[in-house]
Amino acid sequence: MRAYVEGIAVLGPGLPGWEASRAVLAGTAPYRPGAAVVPPSELLPPAERRRTGLPVKLALAVGREAFLNAGRDAATTPTVFTASCGDGQNLHDMCESLASPEREVSPTRFHNSVHNAAAGYWGIATRSREASTSLCAYDASFGAGLLEAMAQVAVDGVPVALLAYDQPYPEPLHRARPIGGVFAAALVLAPERTHRAAAAIEVALEAEPASPTAMSDAELERARLTIPAARGLPLLAALARGAEATVVLDYLDGGRLRVAVEPCS
Amino acid sequence: MRPLVISEFSVVNSLGADRDAVAQALRSMRSGLAPCDFETVRLETSIGRVVALDELRVRADLAAYDCRNNRLAQLGLESGGFARAAAALREKYGAHRVGVFVGTSTSGVLETELAYRRRDPTSGALPADYRYRETQNTGSVADFVRRYLGLRGPAVVISSACSSSAKAFGNAARMIAAGVCDAAVVGGVDSLCLTTLHGFHSLELTSRAPCRPFDAERDGISIGEGAGFAIVEKPDARPARAEALLLGVGESSDAYHMSTPHPEGLGARTAMERALASAGLAASDVDYINLHGTATRTNDASEDRAVHDLFGARTPCSSTKGATGHLLGAAGITEAIVSILAIQGGFMPGSPGTRKVDASLKTGYLLETRSAPVRRVLSNSFGFGGSNCSLVLGTP
Repeated sequence: MRAYVEGIAVLGPGLPGWEASRAVLAGTAPYRPGAAVVPPSELLPPAERRRTGLPVKLALAVGREAFLNAGRDAATTPTVFTASCGDGQNLHDMCESLASPEREVSPTRFHNSVHNAAAGYWGIATRSREASTSLCAYDASFGAGLLEAMAQVAVDGVPVALLAYDQPYPEPLHRARPIGGVFAAALVLAPERTHRAAAAIEVALEAEPASPTAMSDAELERARLTIPAARGLPLLAALARGAEATVVLDYLDGGRLRVAVEPCS
Repeated sequence: MRPLVISEFSVVNSLGADRDAVAQALRSMRSGLAPCDFETVRLETSIGRVVALDELRVRADLAAYDCRNNRLAQLGLESGGFARAAAALREKYGAHRVGVFVGTSTSGVLETELAYRRRDPTSGALPADYRYRETQNTGSVADFVRRYLGLRGPAVVISSACSSSAKAFGNAARMIAAGVCDAAVVGGVDSLCLTTLHGFHSLELTSRAPCRPFDAERDGISIGEGAGFAIVEKPDARPARAEALLLGVGESSDAYHMSTPHPEGLGARTAMERALASAGLAASDVDYINLHGTATRTNDASEDRAVHDLFGARTPCSSTKGATGHLLGAAGITEAIVSILAIQGGFMPGSPGTRKVDASLKTGYLLETRSAPVRRVLSNSFGFGGSNCSLVLGTP
């Protein structure tokens, strides 16, 4: 399956946006991990903004950046959201409350508990009535999202945005499911080459197990291994280098995604 | 879209443990709803419970996955000839060429809810037997189904609240059309938990009595649990059987509110229009509409408006949630299967619980079951976050 990458976004520790992170991802500037700075969701009205949790802020931040970079209208573009976990703080608060005698659950907590909360807020923020799907495949969530977005581009012949995001759970869930940090990435993908295209990517699901491409920086490699959404880092690195490359991304056991990258300029 | 053949399906919910029991209950308008007796929940509401789950355990080799949601998945996979048909599918195409696309909203969250009652009093740690990956994680049920059936193709959970397992048909259709897999197991599984019972209660969306879709006195949903599975294949792959055809899928978003549908049903209407366009059909080609019909004031009013705008009052329609309850992430596939049962059995199910249709609602709502040939059905599923999906199913 082939698509043209028109917009790219990234947000993570020491990765404050695509342009600012490009040299680091390309390996031409040193990586300095720090706390990820997640901006408030400028896209949402203040009342809605107050109700959103971290995953929604993350998704909206990278979605906004990717569409700005692509110069496309978010209102007319279908979306694929993928996350290994939902809103961890919200889950913790709900489960604490449900384990207490009162069992008080607030309506906002409840509607924020759905896995597609980010997609719902994205629709409200961008006024997009286009289709949106919200996926989860544990550690393979990035790969599952990329496959789905590529299939939509290939089959429906329309531009599609992929938004992948994950963040650590609070304790005690963190110990049961340790996630190594906050990370989000987004790609705006199109079926045809336009002046906006930065690169073409060709994605294939291969049954043969193959070692996934590693990040050369040890800290970025740690992020790739410990944050499911960061399993896409080798693709972002290849896009940042802007040279022809083939990367292998993690997927389910017994399958890997091979992604060929060809710069358009 | 190019139609896909549904070559096998299975269904389990409070109406029964197989397709014949469910069809018989729907035809005779029997309801599976009863006063809530789930776990320690003391809410004045009715639920559609699958009693067999309490005693069931998942297959020994997958014991780590044991939780109410995966038990329910296993019941669905073992119902009728589904597991056998899936094994034949694996032989026919190869394990790597069969995908798994399952919808759920709450996965195994019940395990986490119960584990939070057993936290270490000093450290706050969860009990040592708590298994996140196999139970709580939203992706767990697709992983479980993939392993249970020995499949190796693409596998993912679609989790967009109450539209999840209708949308799973769209994901499967795209993956097959793109050549990523040749056939797919599409499913939906959602089980009772404290999150949904107390959550919907907090929104004042649960009915005290069994829910009454489209009734003038409707006062909210009844939550149920259930599983449904379907095998979809390309027609030119000569499927062993053809139960029905998946003719069209239409998806849209409301862009309006997290938990309230668009008052004029704009998103719902777009989903239905797209499903018809995807099937290459006009509204007049549809014989029966299985509504989302949750029995909340707002859903039924907005859905009625959207359906009336497109179909007028002529197309018979009903909600079967008075029979099954709202199966949330499993509602989409369950109602796709209800649509197939209607086609195969030549009936349009009536609406148990509904006494008098709200006079302000204008569609051709069916109170009683009607025997009639049914060739094409439109099935609606709408979820929190404004996620809408309509399916068109037809005779093979």
